[in-house]
Amino acid sequence: MATASQALQNYAETFAHIVKSGAGREPAWLRTLRQSGFDRFNETGFPTTHDEDWRFTNISAIAQTNFQLNGAGNRVPTNRQIEHFGIAGAACQLVFVDGRFSPALSWLAKLPEGVTVSSLAAAIAEHPEAVEPYLGKYLNIQRDAFSALNTTFIEDGAFIHIGKGAVLEAPVHLLFVSTAHDAPSMIHPRNLIVAEEGSQATVIEEYVSLGGAPALCNTATELIAGDNAVISHYMIEREDTQAFNISTLRIEQGRRANISSHSVLIGGALVRNNVHPVLAGEGGECLINGLFIGTGRQHLDNYMLVEHAKAHCGSRQFYNGILDGKSHGVFHGRIVVHKDAQKTDAKQTNRNLLLSDQAQIDTKPQLEIYADDVKCTHGATIGQMEENALFYLRSRGIDEVSARRLLLMAFAS
Amino acid sequence: MSLLEIKDLRVRVDEREILKGINLSINAGEIHSIMGPNGSGKSTLSQVLARRETYEVTGGEVLFNGKNLLEMKAEEAACEGLFLAFQYPVEIPGISNAYFLRSALNAIRKYRGEDEMDAMDFLPLMREKLKLLNMDEKLMNRSVNESFSGGEKKRNEILQMAVLQPKLAILDETDSGLDIDALRIVAQGVNTMRSPDRAILVVTHYQRLLDYIVPDRVHVLVDGRIVRSGGPELALELEDKGYGTETGARSASATPA
Repeated sequence: MATASQALQNYAETFAHIVKSGAGREPAWLRTLRQSGFDRFNETGFPTTHDEDWRFTNISAIAQTNFQLNGAGNRVPTNRQIEHFGIAGAACQLVFVDGRFSPALSWLAKLPEGVTVSSLAAAIAEHPEAVEPYLGKYLNIQRDAFSALNTTFIEDGAFIHIGKGAVLEAPVHLLFVSTAHDAPSMIHPRNLIVAEEGSQATVIEEYVSLGGAPALCNTATELIAGDNAVISHYMIEREDTQAFNISTLRIEQGRRANISSHSVLIGGALVRNNVHPVLAGEGGECLINGLFIGTGRQHLDNYMLVEHAKAHCGSRQFYNGILDGKSHGVFHGRIVVHKDAQKTDAKQTNRNLLLSDQAQIDTKPQLEIYADDVKCTHGATIGQMEENALFYLRSRGIDEVSARRLLLMAFAS
Repeated sequence: MSLLEIKDLRVRVDEREILKGINLSINAGEIHSIMGPNGSGKSTLSQVLARRETYEVTGGEVLFNGKNLLEMKAEEAACEGLFLAFQYPVEIPGISNAYFLRSALNAIRKYRGEDEMDAMDFLPLMREKLKLLNMDEKLMNRSVNESFSGGEKKRNEILQMAVLQPKLAILDETDSGLDIDALRIVAQGVNTMRSPDRAILVVTHYQRLLDYIVPDRVHVLVDGRIVRSGGPELALELEDKGYGTETGARSASATPA
């Protein structure tokens, strides 16, 4: 543990170090972007629970730790260790070990014409012109210190470009593996997904750990979907119980673009998942699904900011939480309907199941509507497992453990 | 030996004694009916026999097929062959009716050391029983009892009974909320289950179900005790005179409103 100011000093020193080592080899626009991230972070520091967006999530454990940006851990994982994380039928698999692309563990099959998948570091080095127009243009570093910090330390991640009309049927699997370190370590993966007009793709971001040690994974993804693009994004957090995971998905949607975001939070000690779509073209549709399952002392925070900027767009949020032990869940769903976004149809639902007396959920729906012809609904429920349903299943011969499992599955579905 | 032997059963709920010494013996092959006014303890008896844990048994003994029923969990009682058709069948969103029924059947088969049935083997069995109860196959793909009509829920209970083939079936107010056509179908379903090695206990407030499912014995439950037992004619007598004669003071009629 360090004091918060020591920790800030640590970030300043780390930043100075990477600026020095990147000098001469990094494009100027990236240096500027990095600097803007650091300046903003330096100005605000980490948020506290006095900040409305962080009211239910105390991140002082992150603020008071000197995380090191020290790259690879003690042991390089082998193919065998990561084999079981593979997804059958994936189009390709990009593996990042402690934040850095690992060509040895990744495989890139032949992709359809117009589809480019590579590491972000390689894209910046080889095709900066494909990256520069998008990177950092959408993620809001002003309102979120973690996004500012991620921008400060941009190094690697995935770059996915789906050309106009290109269709990638199988999912792209991005696997982020953190390994054991002697000291608390941090990574700031940055992903950029650009889906041109009329394209289709599915991207799965998955975070896992091999070997336990306190680690901060602060990831940010910008997903820019052109007109009529159809994109599905999955975020799967299953790191170990010493992990801090902060993730932000910023989606920019064109006209009639259809985006779905699915997040599954199972692992991690302190997890915050931000999903921030902006429906910036008429007729866009956005579906945001979330499932969070906490046990022990896990803290799982889901923060959504859905911005309806243009007319005739629809958004749907369905979040289900299942909390056991002393775990703490948060659902914070904010819908902002800007004044031009007439005929908006926004719906938000959060259902929670508490399996123990000490589990806790804070649910906060929030609507801000500046247009006058819109339909917005929200609702949240909190319940215990229904005793009647449990008895009904058991009275038919199904044992208690199986009956509870069935009811959980039914709830999560 | 009786299939079900209840001796001096006493049950409390929240410090209040609901069953005050029930004695009842049912042999395989028999149909018994327990009739009684609201609040007499009929549903409590049904639920205790199905091993709901919210009731406190303070005395007595229940032997089911020679085994101590009061030591069994609900699922064990079910696997031993006890079935309760619920007065208020429970809705379970997210679990399909077919999956639920097959899981139940397989749990019981596993308990008996039989092979589990896969979906392909289960389908013809399910279809046969659906036909018996004049039920639409579409109901099997819907969530358990969710947005079923009152009649569909009750038929669904009897469907489960027909698939699970219990040794003892307890029908708790199965007639409530049924119109006469649905009542006939349900009764017909129950009657096809009559067999020399199965007993059925019909728990009801009203006599009308007993026109279709004719019991061998009728017991009158009033205030937590069986006050009278007799043949099927007793049900008709109650229909005529109400439970008032049994309680002395009460004049409540047993005729449906």
